[in-house]
Amino acid sequence: MNAGEDMPAVLAEGLTKRFGDFVAVDHLDLRIGKGQVVGFIGPNGAGKSTTIRMLCGLLVPSAGRASVSGFDVGREPEAVRAHIGYMSQKFSLYGDMTVRENLRFFGGIYRVPKAQSAERMRFAISMAGLEGREDALVRTLAGGWKQRLALGCAILHRPPVLFLDEPTSGVEPQARRQFWDLIHELAAEHVTILVSTHYMDEAEYCNQVALIDRGKLVAIGTPGELRGHHLRGKLYEVRCMPLGGALKALAGMAGVAEAAIFGDRLHVVMTENGPDATQLSRLLADHGVQADSVREILPSLEDVFVQLVARGAERRVTS
Amino acid sequence: MNIRRLLAMAFKETLQVWRDPRSLAVALLMPVMQMAILGYGVSLDIRHVPLCVYDQENSQASRAVAERFVSSGWFSVSHVISRYSGIARAMDRSECIAAIVIPANFSRTLASTGSAPVQAIFDATDVNTTNIALGYAQGVVAQANAQISAQWDAAHGVHPSQVGTVELDPSVWFNETLDSRYFIIPGVVAVILALVGAQLTSLTISREWERGTMEQLISTPVSALEVMLGKLIPYFVIGLLDAAFCLAAAIFWFKVPFRGNVAALFLTTALFNLVVLGIGYLISVRIRSQLGASQIALMVTMLPTTLLSGYTFPIDQMPAAIRALTYVVYPRYYVTILRGIFLKGSGLADLWAPMLGLSVYAVVIIWLASRAFEKRL
Repeated sequence: MNAGEDMPAVLAEGLTKRFGDFVAVDHLDLRIGKGQVVGFIGPNGAGKSTTIRMLCGLLVPSAGRASVSGFDVGREPEAVRAHIGYMSQKFSLYGDMTVRENLRFFGGIYRVPKAQSAERMRFAISMAGLEGREDALVRTLAGGWKQRLALGCAILHRPPVLFLDEPTSGVEPQARRQFWDLIHELAAEHVTILVSTHYMDEAEYCNQVALIDRGKLVAIGTPGELRGHHLRGKLYEVRCMPLGGALKALAGMAGVAEAAIFGDRLHVVMTENGPDATQLSRLLADHGVQADSVREILPSLEDVFVQLVARGAERRVTS
Repeated sequence: MNIRRLLAMAFKETLQVWRDPRSLAVALLMPVMQMAILGYGVSLDIRHVPLCVYDQENSQASRAVAERFVSSGWFSVSHVISRYSGIARAMDRSECIAAIVIPANFSRTLASTGSAPVQAIFDATDVNTTNIALGYAQGVVAQANAQISAQWDAAHGVHPSQVGTVELDPSVWFNETLDSRYFIIPGVVAVILALVGAQLTSLTISREWERGTMEQLISTPVSALEVMLGKLIPYFVIGLLDAAFCLAAAIFWFKVPFRGNVAALFLTTALFNLVVLGIGYLISVRIRSQLGASQIALMVTMLPTTLLSGYTFPIDQMPAAIRALTYVVYPRYYVTILRGIFLKGSGLADLWAPMLGLSVYAVVIIWLASRAFEKRL
C-alpha cells in the first residue's frame, strides 16, 4: 500500500452525483482518519447511500474524486474493493444458502488464505452469535442475526475500511446495541468505519458525526463539538399544556430563534440576549399558557440537526 | 481470473439451482416432458385420410378404384354416399378431407378409350394436410393408370415391349422409410436445449438484482469474467446432461437411426450449448427482473428454433428473404449438423460450413456476454 501514516482512510474532494437534473450528492468533501467511527446522519434521500456507493466504486461520480485506503475509486476500483467491507442497506446475503455456505462463498470471493479460513469463519459465527446454527438457511434467521452475519461476511478478509449503510434499520433495539458493540470492537483494531443511520441516538456512539442534508455536508465533528458550536443561542426545555397553544404563542415572540415539539415537551432555542427561563415562563403566562417547568438543557444532536437543516432551508428560500 | 473465486462462484450457483424448485424443474423435467410431447406429438405424416366415396356407377371397375385408395394405407373410407350434397355435408362437419366421385359411365369410357376421368375434391382449410393428401391421391391414381394402361394395351394387342412403358423406381436415401419423425426428432433436441439453456441462465443475473444480493457481490473484488464463467459452468454441465438424455432418447427410444460419430456430436452440442447459455446470460444482464428475462429468453429461443431452424418447416421452401434470415439464427446450424450426423453419418469434414457458422456464433455471443456485465449499480 502506498499509504503513509497520515494518509486518510477515506478522502473525498468535491464528490458529486447527479441523476438527471437531481443532484443527489453535491460537492462533498470528506477526510476520515484511520480507526475512526464516522456516522453519516441525515434524513432519507439526503445522499448518504449514494455517497457510500460512490466510495465503494458501485456508482461512478459525476464530478470530484475520492480515494479509499489510498486507492483512487475511479482508477483502481478493484483495489478499493479488495480493501473494503460493505454492507448494503438491503439485506444481501443468499437466503437460500446456509450460514456456513454464505461464509464459505465470501471467503472464496475475498480469497481468504486457506490457513486462516476456518478460524475466521469461526470468529464470524461466534460474533454473529450463530454457534450451533451453522447449517440453518440464512432466510430463516431473525433480523439481528442476519445483520451480524452480514457484518461477519463483510469482514472475513480483514478490510481496513468498512462501509455500513443503515445496518441497524429494522433491527430491534437490543440487537442494535449489540451491533454497535461489534463496531467498537472492530474500531479498537484500527478498522475505519463509516456507518450511515437515521437513528440520532446512534450518532452518539460515533467518534465523528457528519450531518448530511440534500446532498450537502452540513457539518462534521465530534458529537460534543457539534452540540457546542452549531447551536446558536441557548436551549430551553418547556413542559406545559397545551403544547400546540404554547408553540403558537412562541412563534412570533421576540428573542425566540426556534421552537419544536419533542415528545411531551417543547424545545425552545433562544437567541444569546433573549429572555431567560423565568422571563420565558412569564411571557408564556401572558399568552395564557401555564408552564410547569422551564429549564436550560444541553442540546442533543437532534436539536443541532433540526436547527442546521432549518437554517439550510432558510438560506435556500432567501437565495 | 482467479480459480478460487471462479470455483466459489460456480459452487454457489450450483447450490442455488439445486435449491430452486423452479430452476430444477426447468433443468430436469422440461427435457423429459418436451421430448415426450414433441417426439410423439409432432409428425408430418398423415395416415388414414378420411375419404368420402360417391360411386355413381357401382361396377366392378369403379369399386376397384375406391379399393385402391383404401389399400394404399393413406386413406380410409369414412362415408359412402349417393348424392353430391353428401360431400358438402361431410366436409362441413370435418368428417372427411377428400372425396372421390366416380361417374356413371366410368367403365364404359374406360373400355372404349383407355382412360376415364375421376373427380377428386379436397377440403383445403388445412393447406398442409391437403397438399400431402393430394400427393398421396396422385400417387394412387398414377399407380392405377399404369396398371390400367398396361391392361388396355394387352387387350388391344400392343405388346408392352413395343410401347416401352416407363416406370419410375424411386430410391430413397437416408430416411428410407420416409418417416418424418426421423427428420423431426433431431430438431426437437435442438429446441429443448435452446429452451432449457436460455431459461436457466436468463434468471441467473436478474435473480441477484431482484433479491438485492448483486449489490453485495459487486462490492467484492470478483471480476465480471469470473462472475460470468462461474455462473455458466453449472448450466453448461446441466445442458450437456440434458443433451445426453435427449439424444439417448432419440436413439434408443424413438429409434432414430444414428450413423455418425459420437465425438462430432459431443463437440457440436457443446458449441450449441455455449451459444444458448451466452444468449440467456446476455438477456439476464440486460433485464433486471426474472420474469421479464425469462419471457424474452423464451421468445428468442422458441421462435427461431421452431420456425427458422428448418426443424419442421423446410428452409428450402421459404421465401428468399426468410431463407436469408435463417443464416442469422443459430439453431439452423445445429439442426443441420444434427440431421447430418444422425441420418447421413456425416463427419466434421462434411459439416464444415454449419460448424463454422455455429463456431462464429459461439465466439461472438461469448465475447459479447463477457463484456456485457458491469460491476456498477
